[in-house]
Parts: sequence; C-alpha cells; structure tokens
Amino acid sequence: MPKIYAQTLRFLILLLFQVLVINSLNWGGYIYPAFYIYFILVLPFETAGWALLLSAFFMGLGVDYFSNSMGVNAAASVLTAFIRPTVLRLMSTKRDHESNILPGVRDFGIAWFLSYIVILVFLHHLFLFFLEYFSLQGLLQTIIRIILSSVVTILLALLVQLIFDQNEKK
Amino acid sequence: MRSLIIFIWKNYFFFLFLILEVISLVMISKNNYYQRTVMVKSTSDFTGGIQEWYSNFWEYMSLKDANKILAEENAQFYNRLPSSFIKNDTNIFYYRDTLYKRQYSYISAKVIGNSTNRRNNYLKLNKGLNHGVRKDMAVITSNGLVGQVVEASKHFCSVMSVINTHTRISARLKSSSQIGTLKWSGNDYRTGTLTDIPSHVQIHVGDSVITSGYSYIYPEGHLIGTVEDFRIERGDSFYTIDVRFSIDYNKVFYVYIVKNFFQDELLRLERDEMKE
Repeated sequence: MPKIYAQTLRFLILLLFQVLVINSLNWGGYIYPAFYIYFILVLPFETAGWALLLSAFFMGLGVDYFSNSMGVNAAASVLTAFIRPTVLRLMSTKRDHESNILPGVRDFGIAWFLSYIVILVFLHHLFLFFLEYFSLQGLLQTIIRIILSSVVTILLALLVQLIFDQNEKK
Repeated sequence: MRSLIIFIWKNYFFFLFLILEVISLVMISKNNYYQRTVMVKSTSDFTGGIQEWYSNFWEYMSLKDANKILAEENAQFYNRLPSSFIKNDTNIFYYRDTLYKRQYSYISAKVIGNSTNRRNNYLKLNKGLNHGVRKDMAVITSNGLVGQVVEASKHFCSVMSVINTHTRISARLKSSSQIGTLKWSGNDYRTGTLTDIPSHVQIHVGDSVITSGYSYIYPEGHLIGTVEDFRIERGDSFYTIDVRFSIDYNKVFYVYIVKNFFQDELLRLERDEMKE
C-alpha cells in the first residue's frame, strides 16, 4: 500500500513541477520540455497495464488543464504509455525478471537507461508537437523544436535519476 | 458474446488505450477557440488559485523589471496630465462636456500565468467576472498589445496572446495609413507578420505599426511594433512585413484590460449587416 502513496506523491510533485516551474521558465521560445513523462518512464516493471494508461492519461490531462491545450498532452502521453511495454520488451536484459527493480540507472546502468529514455522521450515529443500543430507546415521548425525539447527533457531526467533515485533504498 | 467479452478482456490493454486516445482526440477537436463548449473550463478558479499563489511567491524575483516598466509608464501618464500643459488657448473646455462620451475604461490586472514557447500561447490574469471582465475585451500595456480575453471565471480570465496562431489583428502602418492584417506565424515570439499591404506603398524599416481601430476590440492608434524587414513573395502583389513587437512577451507583469462601451452596439450593427 505505501508504494501507491509514494507514486501518488511523485505524480503530484511532477505535475506541479511541470505546470508551475517548467512552463513558466523562459526556454527561449523554441523549447517546451514535457518533463512530466518521466513519471511514466520510471514506473516499476510490474505496473499493471491499466494503471500505466490511466496514470498517463490523468498526468497529460492535468498538464492540459493548466495550459489551455485540452487533450493534446493527454493523447501524447497515453500513446507513449502504450508503447512503453513494447520498448521494454525489445530492450530486455536478464535482470528484468527479478522482482522489485525499476527501469533506472541504479539497476541497469547509465547506457541502458539513456537509450531507453531517448527512444520514449523523443517519441513523446514527436506525438506532442505534431498533435499540437496538426500540420506539416514549417516541418523543419517543428523538428528543431522536437529535438531541442527532447534533449532538455532527457538531461533533466538524467539529472533527477543521478540525484534522487540513486540513494533510494530497496 | 461470451467469447467477445473474453477477447476484449484478454486484450484490455489495447482497448483501454483506444478508449483513452479517442477521449483525448475528441477533447482536442472540441477545444477549438471558436466552439468552446468544453467539458472542463480551463479558466477554473481552482487552477487560477494555484497559479496566483505561485506567482505571488515568485513576484519578488521580477520586481526590478516590473518596477522599471511601471516607472516608465508613470512618466508617460504624467506627460498627459493637464497640469503638464500650459493653456495657450482661451477656448473654454469642460471636462464633463456632453460632446465627449466615454468609450474606453481600463481595469489593471496582474499576469499570473504566461507562455511564449507554444504555438498557441495564453495568459492568465487575476481579474474576472466579479471585476467586470468579459469575453472579447482587449488586453494591453502602455506600449504594446497583449491579446484579447477569451474566457473569464469569477476571479480570473484567460487571454489569447498576440503570439497565438489564431490571432488576427487589424493593423495600420503609421507613416502611410495603409491597413493590413497582423498574424503570428508560430516561430519567433518577438516578431509577427503583417500582410495585405499593397506593393505600391513606400515602406521603411523602423516604421511604426499601430492598431487600426477597425476592430471592435482594440482601441485605435495603439502601438504594436515596428517594421523590421519587408519583402514581396514571388507572384504576390502584397508585402510580407516582419514586425518586431514593441513589448517582450516574456516580460509582461501588469496589464490593462480595456472595456469598449460601444462594443455591443458595433456587434449589433454587424449582425444586422449580415442579415441584409
């Protein structure tokens, strides 16, 4: 039971961090880091499918609710959550049959984690930006935005991993 | 039937995904600015309350900039006070002369939410229905346009920023009095695009672009920005003009909401015109 409380708390912290801190910083007009997706990426392996999809949906909806973009973030993060099990299966190592391990730097090392989040974060931003603009106009601009925003999100995710999730006790 | 249920149950991950995705896409299509019959009102007092609390917290960080801007504004208003003019005309001029009828009134508001990095940017202000804010009011600062109110709740309102791809503003080149349409292309938040200026007009870099007064939202003659660059696209008989906005949209702290007392009358006229 306490696990659920811990995850709920993390959910709320990430949501507020996204809408209050990240969305109100000046990132130079081109960058919109959707860092909230970090919550979906580091959920434990044994998380049930429905919990994964629903938490992604409500996380996206929460961000939309604050930033006047109803549905855009929700659609993108549900799609990312749907892809997550497939990506994890493709990248499977011997260890993921053990119980009580998380997809993170601590259990899998930095190289594995980096390639894992690069794939999902990039896909997430791809969905997000194309859903928001809904056209192929200014394709190059959009791609530049996607890449820059993904890079910032990935760096933030690494930073959070190295600072917080290293010391967590099993 | 039984086997269908079992099939759905076995593949529930996929079906749940499908349902949630459809809900999100329906929300996106419903959330059009023009048909805002959304199930969740985004200017709710709840999110507004959280954002106001947070902006109060960070207000101290931007006090220096905000003070500077307010001081400049004060200086401008001092310049307009009757006491800073010498009367060199003997004509009698009454303040409450019936020749003058008030058209605009201003409500000051604080920005509690803002973005510049999306394609469709919105601001949130700490004034709402209770303070007399209504939909379609203009939002300005002393030296630039900010946007128009698209939604208001009891204590807060949402403003569609000038840097929003849905924005269209009727603008005028101050030097030649030509009317055009100002849009934002969604790229650089510091420059907009002015179109519909015919190619025979003389344009100079640095010309002021002001509001035309043809819209029933924005007051006439308010500065929007200056001409930065202009060109004629191939096969076009109109200019495409890059306009540098006069204010930095990342640094708007206090704004004025403009109420136009004749807006209803103008709208009614327009409606009757359509019927003809």
